[in-house]
Amino acid sequence: MSAVIRATGLQKSYGGNRVVDGLDLSIHRGECFGLLGPNGAGKTTTLRMLLGLIAPDAGTAMLLDLPVPQAAREARIRVGVVPQMDNLDPDFTVAENLLVYGRYFGMQDSEIEARIPSLLEFASLTSKRDAKVPTLSGGMKRRLTLARALVNDPDVIFLDEPTTGLDPQARHLIWQRLRELTQQGKTLLLTTHFMDEAERLCHRLAVMDNGKLISQGSPRELIEQNIEPQVVEVFGETSGQWANEHAANYAQRFEVSGESVFCYVQDAQPLVKQLQAQTALRYLHRPANLEDVFLKLTGREMRE
Amino acid sequence: MNHFALPRLSIRFFPIWRRHWLVWKKIAAPSILGHLADPVIYMLGLGYGLGSLLPEMGGMSYMAFLAAGTVCYSTMNSASFEALYSGFARMHEQRTWEAILNTPVSLDDVVLSEILWAATKSLMSGAAVLAVIWILGLSQSLMSLWMIPLALLIGLTFAAIGLIMTALAPAYDFFMYYFTLVITPMMLLCGVFFPVTQLPESMQLVAGALPLTHAIDLARPLMSGTVPPQALLHIAVLLAYTLVSFYVSLVLFRRRLSR
Repeated sequence: MSAVIRATGLQKSYGGNRVVDGLDLSIHRGECFGLLGPNGAGKTTTLRMLLGLIAPDAGTAMLLDLPVPQAAREARIRVGVVPQMDNLDPDFTVAENLLVYGRYFGMQDSEIEARIPSLLEFASLTSKRDAKVPTLSGGMKRRLTLARALVNDPDVIFLDEPTTGLDPQARHLIWQRLRELTQQGKTLLLTTHFMDEAERLCHRLAVMDNGKLISQGSPRELIEQNIEPQVVEVFGETSGQWANEHAANYAQRFEVSGESVFCYVQDAQPLVKQLQAQTALRYLHRPANLEDVFLKLTGREMRE
Repeated sequence: MNHFALPRLSIRFFPIWRRHWLVWKKIAAPSILGHLADPVIYMLGLGYGLGSLLPEMGGMSYMAFLAAGTVCYSTMNSASFEALYSGFARMHEQRTWEAILNTPVSLDDVVLSEILWAATKSLMSGAAVLAVIWILGLSQSLMSLWMIPLALLIGLTFAAIGLIMTALAPAYDFFMYYFTLVITPMMLLCGVFFPVTQLPESMQLVAGALPLTHAIDLARPLMSGTVPPQALLHIAVLLAYTLVSFYVSLVLFRRRLSR
């Protein structure tokens, strides 16, 4: 399996701050790879280095077997980018946005025109072909941005928080489309804050914090390797008090967060039995998920 | 990634230029009116108003004197507005540059396309004012056709200088400094409304270093049908301003966008 994207020892500092600190990454053809991390972890800087938009201070990056940023222009012929914030042309219609963008890849107008119908269909925007961008909803704009990223039929697609700000219908449609893309053999590298998205879409994930990769693997592996298998969330005014008195007897680990307590356990039965007797408390028993992993690895505190 | 590397010019600017052209076509009518109205109103207003009081200036009627200056300052303004306000909108507000830079096009191509597009706007506005001049019979000579490529050159010069401001601007209001402290003084010092020789010696020296003066020193003779004296010198000054400014703006853009 060839590595479509490869980073070795990437480093980048801004004003004395190590934003990316010795990053190694290897993404294979047809994979959907997720990069998770709190704000300021260095995800966007990493993406920009892998795209060849900025040069690392140390280390190497390869995109489609070409060194970046040295051969970035050549590499980007087969790359599509869905940025975090929309940058569509507001003066143009949906179809015109696709036409104008395709030209930047050196495509002929006839080539692009031939692809537009299938791109519109992929994005469910066929009826909006001649609609001006400001008339589109947020979900439609995001779908257009995705279609635009595919105008050159790329092998690799970078997506920076692709479904932030979208309603559930729009998110599900985009997920469906992204899954279709990996089925077509395209490679996806995405960053996201949505753990359900990461779990659903990604074959492999990496968690970044303070410029470093702190954990890597499939969603299943990340959960198994980093956290207890069961979680019992306890809610109520007296939950904190209850936790300090009893939680340690039943759970390997617990965290108090306001009026909620998160108990992490191997076997939840004894704990659940104990809680059923507590009338002032409500509880929720569920399997551990990526968000639990994420919060454990990067903490519950806000980053300012 | 060396910020100070020389610009690498390539044909890849062309699809970006085409994009700007496509945007402009949609608003062509009001745009042409806008570019034409302001300079022509000044030209006619001052030309008739002052022209009736002044017998002649610089060897021609005041109207004709003013007309040549008007072509120059209107192209200067077109290029400046386009490079500053529209350029900033594309770079910062609409993030158009960001979208383009994710493709196999480089920052060098984007900046080149901004200069060439602003120069295209200048060409259009210069040609429009020139058309009015011909209609009014203010120029009888075929030499005045040379003012069309001159408008392009003036556009290139002021687009390049303007892009330095765009690279430095934190917000739109920053551009007030440029228009108030650079463009307007130039309009008054460089011979648009009256000959530079009317200024005190020291100001004449200042005017001689400014690009608009050289543009006007080319435009006036051409309009009246003579070969401009020291033409090569004037062209060289405009080209020098263009090339140096292009380079400086590119270095500044690289710095600004490298985060």
